[in-house]
Amino acid sequence: MLAMNYRGPYRVRVEQRPMPEILHPEDAIVRVTRTCICGSDLHLYHGMVPDTRVGSTFGHEFVGIVEETGPLVTNIKVGDQVLVPFNIACGKCNFCKQGLFGNCHESNTMATAVGGIFGYSHTAGGFDGGQAEYVRVPYANVGPTVIPPDMDPDDAVLLTDVVPTGYQAAEMGGIKEGDTVVVFGAGPIGIMAARCAWFFGASRVIIIDHIDYRLEFAKNYAKCEAYNFKSMEDPVVFLKKTTDWYGADVCIDCVGCEAEGNALQTFTGKVTLMQAGAATALQWAINSVKKGGIVSVVGVYGPPFNYVPIGNVLNKGITLRANQASVKRLLPRLIEHVQAGRLDPKGLITHRIPLEEIADAYHIFSAKLDNCIKTVLIPSTKA
Amino acid sequence: MVNDNQDYKKIPGWGMDIDLENEPTYPMKNYTGDDHKRSDYERSEQQPVNIELLKSNERPRTSAVFGTSVPPSGLSGMIRRYAFKHSEDRYRHWIPLILADRVNAWEGIFEDLRKGTIPNILAERGYKAELKYNPVGLAKSALVVLVVGTLAIKYISKKK
Repeated sequence: MLAMNYRGPYRVRVEQRPMPEILHPEDAIVRVTRTCICGSDLHLYHGMVPDTRVGSTFGHEFVGIVEETGPLVTNIKVGDQVLVPFNIACGKCNFCKQGLFGNCHESNTMATAVGGIFGYSHTAGGFDGGQAEYVRVPYANVGPTVIPPDMDPDDAVLLTDVVPTGYQAAEMGGIKEGDTVVVFGAGPIGIMAARCAWFFGASRVIIIDHIDYRLEFAKNYAKCEAYNFKSMEDPVVFLKKTTDWYGADVCIDCVGCEAEGNALQTFTGKVTLMQAGAATALQWAINSVKKGGIVSVVGVYGPPFNYVPIGNVLNKGITLRANQASVKRLLPRLIEHVQAGRLDPKGLITHRIPLEEIADAYHIFSAKLDNCIKTVLIPSTKA
Repeated sequence: MVNDNQDYKKIPGWGMDIDLENEPTYPMKNYTGDDHKRSDYERSEQQPVNIELLKSNERPRTSAVFGTSVPPSGLSGMIRRYAFKHSEDRYRHWIPLILADRVNAWEGIFEDLRKGTIPNILAERGYKAELKYNPVGLAKSALVVLVVGTLAIKYISKKK
């Protein structure tokens, strides 16, 4: 089968790999029909995530058709069209039982701080991902969800990560009716977080980035205000001023470790790797939120630590909330939103590229060429 | 493991101010109290371990399932084995892993050459897309490389 093959920072290709096999009685093999490149895949692509081994296949956003199931799989059957949450979750450990499907304790041998994630380095379990024609799906009774017959597969593939992560980012903000919400990062997750903030009763949603075409897209898609921080002397002062010198009620970091905008953060985080990436967005979020406000973090940061103004978290009485999205918990509600037409996930897709052209696809997304927002890769074996 | 010792409940005032609404993890977490059982939960069957698996020393056993992608090998594998002797808290875990990743990239090139394939690094870096969507930027980068390269060669030849 064809599969993506990571060769080192900024280098990927597709090549023939052995077919995945059932290795556990709760496994399934899924034939991939749609798979996306996630913004967080770029952290792998850029060599920012430790233990990303040459020869790995990335991809944690995919949908497909069940080809084979292990003897203990009962919830899905061969031929089902399924969307597969990016979290690999057993459904039995204490964390899964309490809805924390992103924190499963039985899917990652290599690290305890994160549960297993498809195609996201050995730090997240060493699983091959879905940027391939076929993929092994562990715990197939738990994660894979049959796609409703009336749902477009382009909508379904975005329900595996982008929509739940954006939605949970807003949910974790504890947004109250009338709140002003600031979202840092106008990538797909940030745009979705801004869109979802309205579901929770925000009265004003502001998105901050430095790429004009993305800000324009966000303004139209998420019906929010959009500002380029490069046009500001100081984004924190701008946000204080625009909130009557009070601070936003909720700030959401949808950027993570490759943020721009602060020379010291960039130098220590991206150039010299003295911290796990540049935490500029989180720094701005903490400093822009009101006293007693809430900062929600879904931007991805690597280990072991980042420079953030934790003193201000204390002094301002900020509540900091963060987690990998618990996709399975959120799916029923999000499927309702999509089916009712309240959410249009596929509206984020700007590029459809054959899996064979994966190197170009990664470069387009990474270098933000051709006004790229979201790329879907399509294996040639698609049904 | 459940704490069978209930003596703490005799401490004056124990539990008087419990507020079940005070749950900052809601709605992410549907608190059930199962956390107090610690690692005593039903596990799925163990996936057979028939590859070399590096295990975090912060957990007592391998997870019930695990990925089998790219077991450690070569020099990078030796570095990774060293890294996994240390906990996720330590720099000596993460820095060696990043070093191993960089070594591994070179191992990948040597592996390609050993198999008789010259890796097409320009294609792997997506330069076809760069040429299509950013030809001016590509030309600028090429010019910078050319100028810097020429200056470097001149400087080296002058020194000789």
